[in-house]
Amino acid sequence: MIETARVRTVLSMQSKPVLKRHVRLQYDKVREAWALLSPERVFWPNEVSLDILRLCDGRHSVAEMVAVLGDQYGADAAQITPDVTGFLQEWSDKFLVTL
Amino acid sequence: MTEPVLPPIGMLAELTHRCPLQCAYCSNPVELLKANREMDTQNWISLFEQAADLGVLQVHLSGGEPTLRTDLAELIASLVRRGVYTNLITAGVGIAEGRIEAFAEAGLDHLQLSFQGAFAPTTEKIGNARGAHEKKLETARRARAAGLPLTINAPIHRHNMEEVPDFIELALSLDAERLEIANVQYAGWALLNRNALMPEREAVERQVEIVEEAQQRLRGIMTIDFVTPDYFAIYPKPCMGGWARDAFMVAPDGTVLPCHAAGTIKSLHFERFGDWNLSRIWHESSAFNAFRGTDWMQEPCRSCERREIDWGGCRCQAMAIAGDAAATDPACIKSPLHARMGALIKEAIDTKSADAESDAFIYRRIGRSAETIS
Repeated sequence: MIETARVRTVLSMQSKPVLKRHVRLQYDKVREAWALLSPERVFWPNEVSLDILRLCDGRHSVAEMVAVLGDQYGADAAQITPDVTGFLQEWSDKFLVTL
Repeated sequence: MTEPVLPPIGMLAELTHRCPLQCAYCSNPVELLKANREMDTQNWISLFEQAADLGVLQVHLSGGEPTLRTDLAELIASLVRRGVYTNLITAGVGIAEGRIEAFAEAGLDHLQLSFQGAFAPTTEKIGNARGAHEKKLETARRARAAGLPLTINAPIHRHNMEEVPDFIELALSLDAERLEIANVQYAGWALLNRNALMPEREAVERQVEIVEEAQQRLRGIMTIDFVTPDYFAIYPKPCMGGWARDAFMVAPDGTVLPCHAAGTIKSLHFERFGDWNLSRIWHESSAFNAFRGTDWMQEPCRSCERREIDWGGCRCQAMAIAGDAAATDPACIKSPLHARMGALIKEAIDTKSADAESDAFIYRRIGRSAETIS
């Protein structure tokens, strides 16, 4: 089998996640909920996912995202880091965000 | 209905039945519509407006070959204006210079490109179109150059199943983010060609293994979705996510159907957009309400713990094999007719070994069905 040059991106605290070109976060007036639109699926993110997704703007590093979310939820950065990085790596593997 | 009808999420718009390819497994109905039956631009736009009002979030622009519609960029723009996610499903053959760029400019979100084979001879044979493969490669390059995200779609069957590893390499080399390997669904033209298309069980099992290994190996590099073959299944697919539950399709002439094969259920009557508005069709059409929810179910579906997972499976497959659209999909192991699926596989393989001619396809052509269907 030919080896491919393409490799899996692994998250670091310096990564600046951004939603992929084919993914859109959009408020749906009919259902009064936020929807994440992708080619074959529509996701309905919960409140925590939504707050993380909103920070996926290509400007915030993961470290900065954790700080903002820590303030928002009144939580310790060390405590929420594994959750945030876990979500982001999963979304990267599912082609929803670029790290 | 006991439960309220929720708004639809997705819509498949078959803009035309015209197509430069003649694939023998096309999901279009065998009675294809000519160009003069297609809805005009204004009617499609008006339908899209009503779809957005109704709650549709995603529209798949398909066909036939949707790029044969000269107004495609305008149709895309009308959906983009309403924030609807647009996915273009194309065979990628004969798209004029500058048009893919125009689709991207209009706001197209994603492009799905089909490959009938991983190599030129296979693609040409399956689609019965010379030079198709090179044109598809060119379409993929142009789509990526225009910044469009790309899914490669590979429908698989007896004649190209061994090319699965090559489809994976092809999709990687074309910079696709997603590859969909889809076992042909035996409805429409594929049902007509079932004996010529049906793979052997060992081949299916081998491909499942190859795909599962590639899914692991390519995690985070490329997504591979696999559509399993019904005839080899234990449980049926929740076809369309449940009849008239969150999606529907529209034929080129504006007829609105719960799925693209629903026309094979002759007892149903379908409304046309224009005669009725879309909201009324979604909520009140007798065809949409016929198999909505679980009230219509017979045993073994009615008392099955999977009834809201599988939704009874595919109504059209129940019609085709059990002769009753309200029966349990025979793909389900609990169906009293499940053994018939195995018998149909055997019949296909036996005809193949007995007679090389049975490998010949009835190619998809407009106006051809009448002479070939009894």
